[in-house]
Amino acid sequence: MKHIIKILSLLVAITAFWIGLLETSVVPRSNAWLLPIYLIVSLGCYGLLMVGVGLMRFPTCPQEAGLLQKDIAEAKEFLKQQGVDVGCD
Amino acid sequence: MEEKQQQKKKKNKYSIIVPTYNERLNIALIVYLIFKHLREVDFEIIVVDDGSPDGTQDIVKQLQQVYGEDRILLRARPRKLGLGTAYSHGLKHASGNFVVIMDADLSHHPKYLPSFIRKQMETGASIVTGTRYVTGGGVHGWNLMRKLTSRGANVLAQTLLWPGVSDLTGSFRRSVLEDVINSCVSKGYVFQMEMIVRASRKGYHIEEVPITFVDRVYGSSKLGGSEIVEYLKGLAYLLVAT
Ligand SMILES: Nc1nc2c(ncn2[C@@H]2O[C@H](COP(=O)(O)OP(=O)(O)O)[C@@H](O)[C@H]2O)c(=O)[nH]1
Ligand SMILES: [Mg+2]
Repeated sequence: MKHIIKILSLLVAITAFWIGLLETSVVPRSNAWLLPIYLIVSLGCYGLLMVGVGLMRFPTCPQEAGLLQKDIAEAKEFLKQQGVDVGCD
Repeated sequence: MEEKQQQKKKKNKYSIIVPTYNERLNIALIVYLIFKHLREVDFEIIVVDDGSPDGTQDIVKQLQQVYGEDRILLRARPRKLGLGTAYSHGLKHASGNFVVIMDADLSHHPKYLPSFIRKQMETGASIVTGTRYVTGGGVHGWNLMRKLTSRGANVLAQTLLWPGVSDLTGSFRRSVLEDVINSCVSKGYVFQMEMIVRASRKGYHIEEVPITFVDRVYGSSKLGGSEIVEYLKGLAYLLVAT
């Protein structure tokens, strides 16, 4: 099944549930009207939170840059001996 | 047990596909590092060069003199035809039963290759990808903006596509890569995302290993440009197409 259809059916299910709530008025009508807005706001918050948390915990590896420099120097030395052209470009 | 592993290692052959465009210096460095880190593994390196004007192919020929023409295959194409088709071109010439795809620019270090191979053997996975987003992984040389875009893109993709994995530079079972690559239509950056999403939709067993990503030291990135727009277009495409 196409992925968009999965997402759309999820949306349809949620809408149906919401209309159900409106019709049966288990919760007061005025509250039920606001539910979709709550949903959107909380979805937005979730997104921002995930980005924020990810940003704070973004793994970095400064030591790797140094190691790479060493590897590059080693490689250049070997390749020069072998007659491969590794002059600066 | 030891012996069994040795035997297994002997039986498997790995074809490492490296697409290059103006990577004269990088290709030499990466070949050296691959040979250094994969000593007891049977492998070949397939360089797919798109007629780089900087003479990348001359360097590859020099490397063939050092390491042997059977270990380094140069499968050039006349002009710049794009990254996506470079992989399928390389794949046509691959003789291994596993295929590894990696960039030439040293942002993916060959020292992680043994851990890809080990992970594959332990789990029997069809695809092993490297990820930067777990402990042991990481990036270097990214500014705040780049981190923000990366995270944003990641959260968006995770929420909308549920792909189950976060990154792509992988080691594939040959048949799987053939299958996946043949169903991909995107180009450039989105192509990598499409490959992994399609693979996960097809139900292939995918495993991840941590890798670090150090921004390229030499040469310049060929993708770039309006990457964010391309990404969003790609995301929309994958939503309706997979
Ligand atoms: N054969 C081929 N290789 C390419 C092409 N575009 C990029 N590459 C190579 O693909 C790899 C990744 O490209 P890069 O510019 O580093 O992309 P970035 O890492 O996303 O910035 C490098 O090894 C490039 O040389 C292309 O059109 N043809
Ligand atoms: Mg790169």
